[in-house]
Amino acid sequence: MNFFLKKLLIVIPTLYISWTVVFITLNIIPGDPVNLMLGGRPASDEVRENVRHNLGLDKPVVERYFSFLINATKGDLGKSYLTRQPVTTMIKENMMPTIQLSIGGLIFGVFFGVLLGITAGAKPNSWGDTFAMIVALCGISLPSFWIGMLLIFIFGTTLGWVPIVGDGFTALILPSVTVGLFFAGGMARLTRSSLIDVLNQDYIRTARSKGTSKFKIIFKHAFRNAMIPPVTLLGIQFGLLITGAVITEEVFARPGLGQLLLQAILSKDIPLVQALIVYMTAVYIFLNLVVDFTYGLIDPRIRLERKAT
Amino acid sequence: MHGLKIFIKRFILNKGSAFGGIFLILIILGAILAPVIVPYHWNAVDSGPRLSGPSLDNFFGTDIHGRDVFSRIIYGARYSLTVGLISVLFGITSGSIFGISIAYIGGKVDIIGSRIIDVMFGFPSFLLSLLVVAIIGVGLWNVVFAVGLASIPHFARIIRSAALQIKEEPYIEACVSMGFGKIRIMFNHILPNIIPIIIVVATMDLGGAIISIASLSFLGLGAQPPQPEWGAMLSSGREYMRYAPWTMIYPGLFLFLTVMSVNLLGDRLSQALDARQSMGRGKN
Repeated sequence: MNFFLKKLLIVIPTLYISWTVVFITLNIIPGDPVNLMLGGRPASDEVRENVRHNLGLDKPVVERYFSFLINATKGDLGKSYLTRQPVTTMIKENMMPTIQLSIGGLIFGVFFGVLLGITAGAKPNSWGDTFAMIVALCGISLPSFWIGMLLIFIFGTTLGWVPIVGDGFTALILPSVTVGLFFAGGMARLTRSSLIDVLNQDYIRTARSKGTSKFKIIFKHAFRNAMIPPVTLLGIQFGLLITGAVITEEVFARPGLGQLLLQAILSKDIPLVQALIVYMTAVYIFLNLVVDFTYGLIDPRIRLERKAT
Repeated sequence: MHGLKIFIKRFILNKGSAFGGIFLILIILGAILAPVIVPYHWNAVDSGPRLSGPSLDNFFGTDIHGRDVFSRIIYGARYSLTVGLISVLFGITSGSIFGISIAYIGGKVDIIGSRIIDVMFGFPSFLLSLLVVAIIGVGLWNVVFAVGLASIPHFARIIRSAALQIKEEPYIEACVSMGFGKIRIMFNHILPNIIPIIIVVATMDLGGAIISIASLSFLGLGAQPPQPEWGAMLSSGREYMRYAPWTMIYPGLFLFLTVMSVNLLGDRLSQALDARQSMGRGKN
């Protein structure tokens, strides 16, 4: 079967199974959602039944499960317990800032990660390598909420170079760095080891013996092959963007999906938690699919090999 | 014993692991001896003037309640390291049992088990931790459990593939032909051979677990004030960042250095073991 089609077909059951997991886990939460809706006010049995009926909680679990799956497929994920708004509207309203932040973090992370990785991998055990790897180690060891606060304190409050609130481009710089640092660290380490592997291969030695310049060897001959493992890593690392969104939005007091999720968890707004997790896993699975396609494109061996088997 | 010599050379006599090791030993000693070392009790509100800067009386200044930040950080080391370790131990134990079992039993069990791992992988692990906290509620131990649980698929996947390799070794076949029970083969014969891998992946994950737990505490889902957990300290220090940056800088610095030390040890451990393995088997 076609490599791309096969990948696409695996996504659908994965999505449904993950939605099932979300539905089951959020339905075993102790505590009656009706109490939550009433905000702890005493109420007659009649009122409680009414609320229960409005929330659709009087139906059997199996029926609710199937209507959840069908509605989720249609894009309807229910209404928030607290605001009574459709959760999809709430997600749409908060989506843009998170997308901007993720793209900013991704660009920063990939750019500096690859730059550090190439600096290190081009000349292993040199000063440049040591320096780049110390920076990468710091990248993966820095707690993002701490580095976010330090950046606000240094560049926002003390030096006043960039605004720390607002929605302009400059206000996006510090949050992007915060999200991207961990990314950059992982990227740098993998790019380094992958580049070292590639540079030890025969075809590179051939190129070198023909007198090709070091720059040309790295960027023309080695780069594409060396980038396959880091691109694969990118897929797994998308999860970090979600982590980054939750923490960075909190630190920088930015609106977004991360903030929405955190508030939903703290207030036990189950439909909203459910919808956000369904939405985020769908995006995560979709982005991983894009990554699979990308390395199928970078490396024809992958799609041909799978085709052969 | 040649391998062991290389291991010692690569691991113990290395600048990186030396730095990480020394810092961690200091932190562990600090955590154990906290009541002896620190000048004030972690919750003593009269340790100095409120929000006063670092001085000889209060090395790292004081917080909004006049509590000594240095004393709180040293006490806080008790939390960060233990909760990280417990969460990783929980994750790796469950992951190993699961991974070894499905790999050894094989067949349909392996296929279904691997599918379960794949589906769990469909969730980003931090989201999985958040989901678990949403179910079981807020609190430090709930967060430790959530982070450990979210790490199981990752561990199970690595341990499964390691166990699959060992399963093919002739000595396992010998065990089977001698009629040993499944449990005995799995835990007396396969497990000891993948212990090095288990130690490496657990160490490599410890830093991440410490950060995740601190992050959840920072978000208000884990340790609650007045507990001197570093993430929770940063969360309250954040409000006074402008006037009293020390309440935010020092707890984060300790968290960072601890995680970096653990990561350094994990890196060097895995490099040293790789070297030992490639030496033992002869290169290529």
